[in-house]
Amino acid sequence: MEKGSYCLSAMSASNLVLLFTIGVVTIVMIRIMYIVYRRSKPLNPKSPQPLSTLIVLGSGGHTAEMLNLLNVLQMERFKPRFYIAAATDNMSLQKARVYEDSLLDKAGVDAVGRAEFMQIYRSREVGQSYITSIGTTLIAIAHALWLMIKIRPKVILCNGPGTCVPLCVIAFFFKVLGIRWSSVFYVESIARVRKLSLSGLLLYKLHMVDQLFVQWPKLKEKYPRAHYVGCLM
Amino acid sequence: MGEEGGTVKEKKVVFVTVGTTCFDALVRAVDTPEVKKELFRKGYTNILIQIGRGSYIPTKSTVENGSAVLEYFTFSSSIADYLKEASLVISHAGSGSIFETLRLGKPLIVVVNEDLMDNHQSELAEELAERKHLFCARPQTLYQSIVDMDTGSLIAYQPGDAEPVAKHINRYLGFPDD
Repeated sequence: MEKGSYCLSAMSASNLVLLFTIGVVTIVMIRIMYIVYRRSKPLNPKSPQPLSTLIVLGSGGHTAEMLNLLNVLQMERFKPRFYIAAATDNMSLQKARVYEDSLLDKAGVDAVGRAEFMQIYRSREVGQSYITSIGTTLIAIAHALWLMIKIRPKVILCNGPGTCVPLCVIAFFFKVLGIRWSSVFYVESIARVRKLSLSGLLLYKLHMVDQLFVQWPKLKEKYPRAHYVGCLM
Repeated sequence: MGEEGGTVKEKKVVFVTVGTTCFDALVRAVDTPEVKKELFRKGYTNILIQIGRGSYIPTKSTVENGSAVLEYFTFSSSIADYLKEASLVISHAGSGSIFETLRLGKPLIVVVNEDLMDNHQSELAEELAERKHLFCARPQTLYQSIVDMDTGSLIAYQPGDAEPVAKHINRYLGFPDD
């Protein structure tokens, strides 16, 4: 008899676990659907508060494009700013520093806010095979998580380098878990004319960016949820 | 203009850049007698190559004897000055140097590196070549491209504008337009 009741309680316990799991999964699914739905809607209307902004830089052309964009954004709305570039890339942060120095000279720290510069492990080097990319991607994700917990940005601006994928994925889970609501903007590099980059494609398919901008009309035809904005350079 | 009669030629520089990576095939293609002679025939007196991390070292030449004078260096913190002084630019397909050159209004031949794993770079060069802003070549077709090149057929590139993106972002975040 004793054995039987033990069985029964074990069964009901496992039922409870099952029910609980189903409940949690359902809530998470609803939350994800809500976030994906909210993606197409603008943020709370008229928000005069400055927003902490994460800017993901990539090598060479990527950084030039991003700085072009920053030049026309009102920096007093996007502060403080956190710049992240790959650990192997020294040039990009250097260029961002020069840009920030010029801002400070022009307007002063009270107006444009402060800036921080950070490096991140890269998920994939140019030319690295896709198989070894898996291991390096895991390391990159752990490091990205650490940085994201520290920064918790409200706005993320990125334009293509692989380093932005883990950051955007984490930002998405921060939204799901209610840790931080952020708006993610992805500007596809001008170098992409006919096909999105791997980063862009992933984030587009997974619905993880709020707005994805493309610089060539062919991409808009192919990816209708993207916004065509013409060339930035 | 002053091609005959051994008169002192105006210095016209061809600047070749491979960016921060290595692109030996391009350096090798420029460092052939045919290309050097053809460039000289077209009125270019000097070739300056930025070879980057490449292992192929081109042969330096200091006197012009029917072909252009060739010099090289590895890296420079900024290639802007070289671009400004050049009469013709031969570049790898990186968007950075492409747009830097186009904005200076210099004639440009972009040479696509076919050894890159993810060769999306040809997309941009081909699109801009279709719009007649530059010439697009491969290392093995560089010579022919120089022979066929008519810099007068190029259309000046109108620099782009980041304003539309900024407008989208501001509107999305609820900031007022201004």
